[in-house]
Amino acid sequence: MMKDVMAIVNLAENEEQIRDLTPHRSLAAVPFGGRYRLIDFVLSNLVHAGIFKVGVMAQHKFRSLVDHVGSGKEWDLDRYRDGLFLLPPGYTADTDMSVAHRGDIDNFYRNSDFLKMSRQEYVVVTGSSMICAIDYTDVVGFHQEKDADITVVYKQTDLAQDSNQRTMLTLDDEGRVTDILVNPRHTDQDCLSMKMYVIKKQLLMDIVDECDSRGGTDFVKDGLIKNLERLRIYGYRFDGYLAKIDSLRSYYKHSMELLSPDVWGELFYNHGVVYTKIKNEGPAKYVDNANVQNSLVANACIIEGTVENSILFRGVRVRRGAVVRNSIVMQKSLIGENVHLNHAILDKGAEITEGKAISGEDTYPVVIHKEAVV
Amino acid sequence: MRVRKKEVIAMLLAGGQGSRLGILTQRLAKPAVPFGGKYRIIDFTLSNCTNSGIDTVGVLTQYQPLTLNHYIGQGSAWDLDRKGGGVSVLPPFVKAQGGQWYKGTANAVYQNIEFIESYEPDYVMVLSGDHIYKMDYSKMLEFHKQKNAAATIAVFEVPWEETFRFGIMNTNAEQRVVEFQEKPKEAKNNLASMGVYVFNWEVLKRALLEDEADPESSNDFGKNIIPKLLEEEYPLYAYAFEGYWKDVGTIYSLWEANMDLLQAVPDLNLYDSEWRIFTPNPSQPAQCIAPGASVRQSLVNEGCLVRGAVDHSVLFPGVHVGEGAVVRNSVIMHNVVIEAGAVVDKAIVGEDTIIERGAYVGAEDGEDWNAVDRNEDGITVLAENLRVPESLRIKTGSVVSSRAHQEFPEDKIS
Repeated sequence: MMKDVMAIVNLAENEEQIRDLTPHRSLAAVPFGGRYRLIDFVLSNLVHAGIFKVGVMAQHKFRSLVDHVGSGKEWDLDRYRDGLFLLPPGYTADTDMSVAHRGDIDNFYRNSDFLKMSRQEYVVVTGSSMICAIDYTDVVGFHQEKDADITVVYKQTDLAQDSNQRTMLTLDDEGRVTDILVNPRHTDQDCLSMKMYVIKKQLLMDIVDECDSRGGTDFVKDGLIKNLERLRIYGYRFDGYLAKIDSLRSYYKHSMELLSPDVWGELFYNHGVVYTKIKNEGPAKYVDNANVQNSLVANACIIEGTVENSILFRGVRVRRGAVVRNSIVMQKSLIGENVHLNHAILDKGAEITEGKAISGEDTYPVVIHKEAVV
Repeated sequence: MRVRKKEVIAMLLAGGQGSRLGILTQRLAKPAVPFGGKYRIIDFTLSNCTNSGIDTVGVLTQYQPLTLNHYIGQGSAWDLDRKGGGVSVLPPFVKAQGGQWYKGTANAVYQNIEFIESYEPDYVMVLSGDHIYKMDYSKMLEFHKQKNAAATIAVFEVPWEETFRFGIMNTNAEQRVVEFQEKPKEAKNNLASMGVYVFNWEVLKRALLEDEADPESSNDFGKNIIPKLLEEEYPLYAYAFEGYWKDVGTIYSLWEANMDLLQAVPDLNLYDSEWRIFTPNPSQPAQCIAPGASVRQSLVNEGCLVRGAVDHSVLFPGVHVGEGAVVRNSVIMHNVVIEAGAVVDKAIVGEDTIIERGAYVGAEDGEDWNAVDRNEDGITVLAENLRVPESLRIKTGSVVSSRAHQEFPEDKIS
């Protein structure tokens, strides 16, 4: 029964290589796909699986995240029984920001009351940066069938080669995990951990307690790798579309993949719709000389120019004569008349004034910061 | 039922069929008819309430209430899920001494006197759920108080040649109503009632009770209550509204009002962040405009997938337009699928209808496929949940209902 399953969304994620988009927000709050934030995908997957108790362990810079998820209403998580719980890092008089940011075990430890008070038997632990449409009921079913202590979701993929921020699994013929490598420089492995786990709540609390009391700080390195022999850790193979977002390059690459109607269909429809904060915007408007090809357009955009191979978030204006190619333009940005944009990422509310030309490279898109005026 | 006293509450009349909309209101009441790419007509009135600070609204339903009831729910889409107020759907009900359908607009409010009294309001607004407009009711209420009126009627300047279609208010220099003409042959003024009223509750309550006791009355606000209050020399004032106001009561006016939104700067602004039009959100992804597609002079919504050409049209959420398909001068409602090579020209297509490959909707040389009616303005109308077979050509102006479709066994169509 999925009512016996709760979830922890662990936002202890490395933002170093995507810092252009995270100076003022956490990775989970990075806008994606025209109208979403990364966390929308994981929250939607959880509620589609009938998991209605979700704790979000925030690390830092969580103002925009709090603003976005609010009471959890859009995900049906504003509930009397269970619901959404934001779990900020537990600062006390003897800690400060830098000390508090010392590993996810610390976060789990400080929130152990939340776990203890929950009546669910199982916990799904997940991050926010692996974007996919996954059915957690199937993962939990697999976990029970294998009688596993811990189940790790993985995908066989060459995405692991995109950056060295990767956790690789080695599995035996039965699907049992025999080795885990965290961020290896070189790897021939193709079993990429999606950093999603199913575990009994009591076992999770025991692991956290054991790590903490022995100076361990990292759930995977100290909690899993050190227990590979003692615990039955199994790998659940996920075969659907996966976007692993941990760098500006992967963000750009996976954003552009959404332009394929097949990917668009799988991510947004195959496993239920993706919920997000509602803005009550009007329809997108295309004027008589708009020219839009191969693009995703969100509501309330008003397009008077040319848009190709691009993603426009809600409320973007593209004025006459402007040409937007291979670009991602976030909410409420303004592209002035005769502007040329190519391989650019505009953060929210940016404005490019008349006649300017901005161009990056496929492998290195140029980022215009939030509310910047060019 | 103990609730907090409210200064003003609104009673929204949403029970009308809107029979001139034909098959579009066969299964739902007029206020539930889709409009403007993502809204239903009633969204405008409900959003007006929210944006005007009115947090208690009774919605009077009667005709085909299923869609409307489900749609309104607990009112959260309009921020009307409130403690001690919010939205209440009020269908006719059975009492110890029998019970009856709503006989008229005034009778509908009369039957809910108990609901109104529970809020002990000073003022009651009576609104129609049939019109498209954005109006700040709080300003009208201010005007009402300032004038010490017993009732205030919102009026709208209409062209003189159209006055015969409306209830006309003749006013003096102080905007006091001196005469009311219902659909006059020769109007003395061109200020038409919008069906938006503010009443002092004590005055309205007494008028409703007396009106109900009159067997001759048709229990209607325009025909009975307003003339009665005038006759009794209550101070009635006309509040002039300026801005977009439209009764989308016919197929043509519904189509035209949608097309109006495609102008470069339409009279109805849907992008005012200070006056949002709220509607239940479909939770669909950003629209996907595929390679080779072309979209011009159109409104397109979330979840649409366009591979063909869309020109001067309004697409509701979740519409798919296949490769080589053409949609022109049309209003395409939620989740319609227009397959590859199909053409839709000057049409209104109801929700979930599928137009198969190569079909042509609105063809001069087409056939009267299952048509139950003809539209004189040449607008082809397809009801919801139809399946138009491959390569079929449907004649311009055909009105095709889904009931006719259902009488056909599935295997004979496809």
